[in-house]
Amino acid sequence: MLPKEMEQELIEVVGKDRFTSSKEQCYVYSYDATPGFQAEPDGVIRPTSTTEVQEIVRICSKYHVPIVPRGSGTNLCAGTTPTSGGIVLLFTHMNSILEIDEENLTMTVQPGVLTLDVVKRAEGADLFYPPDPSSMKISTIGGNINENSGGLRGLKYGVTKDYVMGLEVVLANGEVIRTGGKLAKDVAGYDMTKLLVGSEGTLGIITEATLKLVPRPEDKKTMLALFSDLETAAKTVSEIIANKVIPATLEFIDQPTLEAVESFAKIGLPTKAKAVLLIEQDGDEAVVAKDIYTMKRLCEEKGAISVTLAKSEEEAFALTEARRSALTALARRRPTTILEDATVPRSKLAELVSFINDTSKRYNVEICTFGHAGDGNLHPTCMTDERDLEEMERVEKAFADIFAKAVELGGTITGEHGVGEMKAPYLAWKLGDAGVEAMRAIKKALDPQDLLNPGKVFAKESKKRIVLAREGAK
Amino acid sequence: MTTDLQKSFKEQMDYDELMNCTRCGFCLPSCPTYINSGQNEASSPRGRIALMKGVVEGRIEPDEKVEQQLNECLGCRACEPVCPSGVQYGHLLEQARTVINEHKSYSLPVKMLRKATFNYLFMSSKRMHRVHQLRWLYEKTLAQKLVRASKLLTLFPGEVETMERVVPKTVPPKRLNEWEEVEKGFGKQTKRVAFFNGCLMGTMFYETNQSTRLLLKTAGCEIVTPKKQECCGALHAHGGETEKAIQLAKRNIEAFENLDVDAVISNAGGCGAGLKDYPFLLRKEADWEKRAKAFSDKVTDISTLLASLDLGPLELSDEVVTYQPSCHLENVMKEKGNVEKLLRKVNGIEYVAMVDKDKCCGSAGIYNLVQPKMAMRILDQKMVDVAETNASVIVTSNPGCLLQMKAGIERERLTDSVRAVHIVDLLADAIRKRDSEEGDAHAVRNRH
Repeated sequence: MLPKEMEQELIEVVGKDRFTSSKEQCYVYSYDATPGFQAEPDGVIRPTSTTEVQEIVRICSKYHVPIVPRGSGTNLCAGTTPTSGGIVLLFTHMNSILEIDEENLTMTVQPGVLTLDVVKRAEGADLFYPPDPSSMKISTIGGNINENSGGLRGLKYGVTKDYVMGLEVVLANGEVIRTGGKLAKDVAGYDMTKLLVGSEGTLGIITEATLKLVPRPEDKKTMLALFSDLETAAKTVSEIIANKVIPATLEFIDQPTLEAVESFAKIGLPTKAKAVLLIEQDGDEAVVAKDIYTMKRLCEEKGAISVTLAKSEEEAFALTEARRSALTALARRRPTTILEDATVPRSKLAELVSFINDTSKRYNVEICTFGHAGDGNLHPTCMTDERDLEEMERVEKAFADIFAKAVELGGTITGEHGVGEMKAPYLAWKLGDAGVEAMRAIKKALDPQDLLNPGKVFAKESKKRIVLAREGAK
Repeated sequence: MTTDLQKSFKEQMDYDELMNCTRCGFCLPSCPTYINSGQNEASSPRGRIALMKGVVEGRIEPDEKVEQQLNECLGCRACEPVCPSGVQYGHLLEQARTVINEHKSYSLPVKMLRKATFNYLFMSSKRMHRVHQLRWLYEKTLAQKLVRASKLLTLFPGEVETMERVVPKTVPPKRLNEWEEVEKGFGKQTKRVAFFNGCLMGTMFYETNQSTRLLLKTAGCEIVTPKKQECCGALHAHGGETEKAIQLAKRNIEAFENLDVDAVISNAGGCGAGLKDYPFLLRKEADWEKRAKAFSDKVTDISTLLASLDLGPLELSDEVVTYQPSCHLENVMKEKGNVEKLLRKVNGIEYVAMVDKDKCCGSAGIYNLVQPKMAMRILDQKMVDVAETNASVIVTSNPGCLLQMKAGIERERLTDSVRAVHIVDLLADAIRKRDSEEGDAHAVRNRH
């Protein structure tokens, strides 16, 4: 419950219509897409301008009430679950595309713009905004920036951070700063832009962003390669990259995931194959043709059962759309779906794939795997039931092993979903205690009151690091 | 505090189905009320499911605001085809509304109105006919002129006044029976189909039913129209009157199940979807689920059947046509694209798809009468989308959508330049035109 006076002050800033502490509203902003996390905020507020955000931050600071900025709530790390209560800040009224600059190839947006609208608007100017998280139809650009979202095109084009050139940010003390700009080069001080991207709303509230656009690729071809076992598929991925071909998309999908996706999308996916690679290349027509030919040959040499090219743009679109639905489609199998995004150097992909398989058997839990193979970013997904506590315990152990293995292989606990509250206990596994402390020092300097999205990134208690027993002589 | 209402929620809601929602949010962009409420999570399918689940789990009380959110849902079910987890949102909504309705003490006038509509009028096709007679008298006598001149209807809530103006002119009551239980098709027989008359389709939209018969016959179908059939019960089911819906479903299954037909044809997406949902409706009725399944498997929309049959060459005068699909035809019956296919077969007209055509028009059964504010907000956006196509004809596939589009045309003052028409009436016009031209040609030949 918020103090009455505080509610009054907030209403004075945004008006009666845009602040509420009603039970119903607080309840529907108590979750995001992360299973197992839910906590009600004490109020929900919808500012219309940076100035309003500043005033809200000052009021929250005065009353020591947490602020959780939230886009569309599609994140998978409990990053926007208000686990410490406080106020959920929505950007539904700050959702304009402010400018598209065709001379500097930039777009300036407010945080509430949907990712898909950014993409469409860029296409309208014959330009391209590459980051394409699977939730791009739903997610906001503000959410993408805060989580540094990836997507299917990460291998060739990078992720959200590679397309954020400048930010306007409201700090915990209510001040506004502007970082970066429409600049190809800028070494004036620390790179605050990069620091803020992916900071999960813990360092400041992003109120505006300048995005980088690139020329639109002229041609695109999509191809599906079928394999009779997981490891061959995974090895083919490393082989393609080793042959110096960088496709726009190189996605890995295992059989159970294929079956789940097919039962939703019904587009005739080859559910008999044990693993499938979805490969896409874009660029100049000649380059695309050459790369596709090389990749087809490599797939066949490595032992693919078949390699087929999508016949039309519609077919290609249907394939990538189907892949985007993988996570939720898997949810058909069991009531609870827990998805992780352990990431390793590409060369270690096959090793991680078989480790995930073994782990699933060892703990007797069902884990399907799909993901951005080209990025070494896998999505081992566990189908379970959160009501079955004994099973949930096994699931947690299995994932802990997978995280440990990923780190051991030189990888990370999360490639693109963020730490949030969910993976906070594992952060030290990747960073070491000194690494976490360095980050904590930044957080303390910028937000001494721990006002901004508290409880995220930094865990109250770290998980004891698992040291995996080495198997055999390896 | 656990109220009786909360207890019933716990007992009657399908908790496993609620659990199937992973909260991924894929449904959000498909939901008209989410978009038109300025992205209010509580007005989205994910939010509504969270609220239902919260009530079942005892985390929140089913207070007025929760109830309001459940009422404000159009029930268009656009969230279902986009849900990768396959959550049966429509069924959850009906369960929740049934529980709420059971515990609701309506004010006397509302109670009487609900009783008159659900328990009396829509429970019997005979009574529907009697009302039709009254409407006919209302139009024939001075009553209509007086009511319109007095602006009496503007006193009613919602869009009653607009709706009164846009409903089709009543056909003389004696014409309502101008059909036989069995009618042969023209030429070589292609199919034997049963025709679902529908309560409103059989009276208020009688001409559309006759157009449907003409098309079926032209395509060589033998038509069986059982006299014993009743209203599909969809309105009851959506309104939380499950018991009544079950009664109607049983009577319809009995009327149709022994007819030995290839398909049961409906020409209203809302009714067709109601019929398709019988297995769910009768899931708890001993021995009925199987019969319901056998029946609903045969239910097909007229557009789907016609798209697969030959109607001969069709031509209409040069016009731009757009199409507002029936949500229930696409999202529940899952029959998509056939109306467009038919439109492309008609020479002369040009079919232009409108953006967001798969978004509900806001009609949604009786939604536009009970939730006028949201319905009109949705409609106004729809009319902007229509305008962009430059169409002078808006084709629909369900009577509710048809009236809503007509209301939209009235609101935009476009009655002189744009009209709304049911797909079967449009196609039947082409056939009548062809027949009369052939007739003329025949007459000319005879003269020489």
